[in-house]
Amino acid sequence: MAYSVTIGGCTRSFGDLKILLAKATPARSGDALAGVSAEDEEERALAKMALADVPLARFLEELLIPYEQDEVTRLIVDTHDAQAFTAIGSLTVGEFREWLLDPATDTDVLARAAPGITPEMAAAVSKLMRNQDLILAGQKCRVVTRFRNTLGLPGRLSVRLQPNHPTDDVRGIAASMLEGLLYGCGDAVIGVNPASDSLQAVTRLLEMMNAFRERYDVPTQTCVLAHVTNTLRAMELRAPVDLVFQSIGGTEGTNRSFGVSLKLLEEARAAALELQRGTVGDNVMYFETGQGSALSAGAHEGVDQQTCEARAYAVARHLKPLLVNTVVGFIGPEYLLDGKQIIRAGLEDHFCGKLLGLPMGCDVCYTNHAEADQDDMDTLLTLLAVAGVNFVMGVPGADDVMLNYQSTSFHDALYARSVLGLRRAPEFEAWLERMGIADSRGDLAGTGAERKLLPGASEWLG
Amino acid sequence: MWARLRRFTPARIGLGRVGGSVPTRALLDFELAHARARDAVHARFDASALADELRGAGFGEVLVVSSQARDRMEYLLRPDLGRALDAESLEKLRESRGSACGLGVVIGDGLSAAAPARHAVPLLRELQTARGSNWTNVTTVVANHARVALGDEIGELLGAEAVVVLIGERPGLSSPDSLGVYLTWAPRAGRTDAERNCISNVRPEGLAYTEAARRLVYLLGEARRLKLSGVALKDDSEASGKTSEKRLARSC
Repeated sequence: MAYSVTIGGCTRSFGDLKILLAKATPARSGDALAGVSAEDEEERALAKMALADVPLARFLEELLIPYEQDEVTRLIVDTHDAQAFTAIGSLTVGEFREWLLDPATDTDVLARAAPGITPEMAAAVSKLMRNQDLILAGQKCRVVTRFRNTLGLPGRLSVRLQPNHPTDDVRGIAASMLEGLLYGCGDAVIGVNPASDSLQAVTRLLEMMNAFRERYDVPTQTCVLAHVTNTLRAMELRAPVDLVFQSIGGTEGTNRSFGVSLKLLEEARAAALELQRGTVGDNVMYFETGQGSALSAGAHEGVDQQTCEARAYAVARHLKPLLVNTVVGFIGPEYLLDGKQIIRAGLEDHFCGKLLGLPMGCDVCYTNHAEADQDDMDTLLTLLAVAGVNFVMGVPGADDVMLNYQSTSFHDALYARSVLGLRRAPEFEAWLERMGIADSRGDLAGTGAERKLLPGASEWLG
Repeated sequence: MWARLRRFTPARIGLGRVGGSVPTRALLDFELAHARARDAVHARFDASALADELRGAGFGEVLVVSSQARDRMEYLLRPDLGRALDAESLEKLRESRGSACGLGVVIGDGLSAAAPARHAVPLLRELQTARGSNWTNVTTVVANHARVALGDEIGELLGAEAVVVLIGERPGLSSPDSLGVYLTWAPRAGRTDAERNCISNVRPEGLAYTEAARRLVYLLGEARRLKLSGVALKDDSEASGKTSEKRLARSC
């Protein structure tokens, strides 16, 4: 079906919903690379106008990728909650934006509507929203998840401690873990990206991180971000797996390029649930996503990258994750060129994920071939912290020496806590106080805490 | 304590803090590292100078070609153009095709011009001594604005049995000049990343030239024996492919 808008006697038409969504998307390099973006600024502005008039119900009729062809589409259609949709079922996309910004639409209303919102509806409305709209509406959404602690409570910001090492050296990883904990980081997860794919390396890291956590009785979870098939094998070998990690995308083809399917992810979740390692909850999945992954895999099906990203959240939502992390600036400038595009995408991803009911975190990051720097990351971190992001990364000195990119640091987390008064997960906060690492207000104690922690780590650090 | 722990990792631990903030010296050290990494991405690749150096070092005839990307920004934004030869280079390679080519060696700038400028010649020297007599008909090509897959088209035009691409990797703050080495058996346009083997982080502070050469000789031998490369040809000593370039996307 074609969509059109008439301004001053001139009519502009857009062939179908997929084309309309792509052309209404704020400028980004990945859509230009895919050849789906608006030809000029006027076309983009007109596409937004046409999109504003599209009824939300239309998204249930006109599917962007055919039902028969794509299991993500089938998941979206088959799990759509018609009852929850009634709250917004009569609205257009433009009216949906106003509904989201209306003070009467509070946290509870949003949570009840979430199962009725499809990724395409979330993506569509986000295209009409300014950054402040994305922050305002995102902040009203609350998604709380649990494993060994409680994440996503109001006024809280958690951190994934990311102690990566170029050769998976156990001592090097332990050293970064120790420092991260002393900076009060690690309540979201202590999660390492392994340099090696081998099962042996993965299980060795799982054992070490689990022993380290148990040594100090830290109320958090550990994770080795290996491919799901390796984590399944590690579980078969009875390695201590808290969370199952996987990168996912918004089309069946993207997931195929990652070597996964819905069935495989469901299997892995079932296996992790059986271990019953969570103490306060059973959210056992950790997903990473990022705009551009579908195009990179040659599996975007003509859909713009931000809509593909929102569709990935349907996959995540199905599996009740503890953490979803949009790795926003990692893939490179051919998808998000500069600080402006990265900042916009980070806010879009956080908003769309939260609106769909996901515990969104963000790897606020950039690569050295993108037109971005630490100032841009400071801006995005601040905006996301205001928007109520569930967690960010904690990388020593912001420099990931294994993945070769820059993320947020232990110091950055302290900055965000300081300017916005954000606290850590309650169980973790209590642990930090017990250990003398932080005081009752969450402020780091002076020196001395490391001398308390170091002897226990002698097994790894000599 | 932190001085001792820093020996275990190149990560930026033990920076100290002022309140919650980074001390000035650590801040400026970081900015210098970022400046160097940025310069590495945008540095001009002097392909002719490298070709001269290779000729001088006894690598015989060396061809210089370019991808279809015309400048650095276009190269960064259009990976597809970096994977295709421009018209002049196509012509040059067609003309050069004479005697049988065993191995094509393609040296490209990739995301760090400094990497091939510094490490290509020393690595090839190691390879020469390690190679023995297995690969006699070697053609060397230096490619400007190159992505890894450009080697497929070059190898195909040369009629090479296999192609080895030496190319600058995505620079990190502590590694602005990492060289990546990619092997593809029976190269032709349209090969996928799954059909290549990769040796990553080649530089004195990372994987040493001798070790990189040893692994490459092993892979070349296995590729010739099995008549294939990629995931079916696992190098047991190292996972294939660089994790940073596999996370969420292809970037070669």
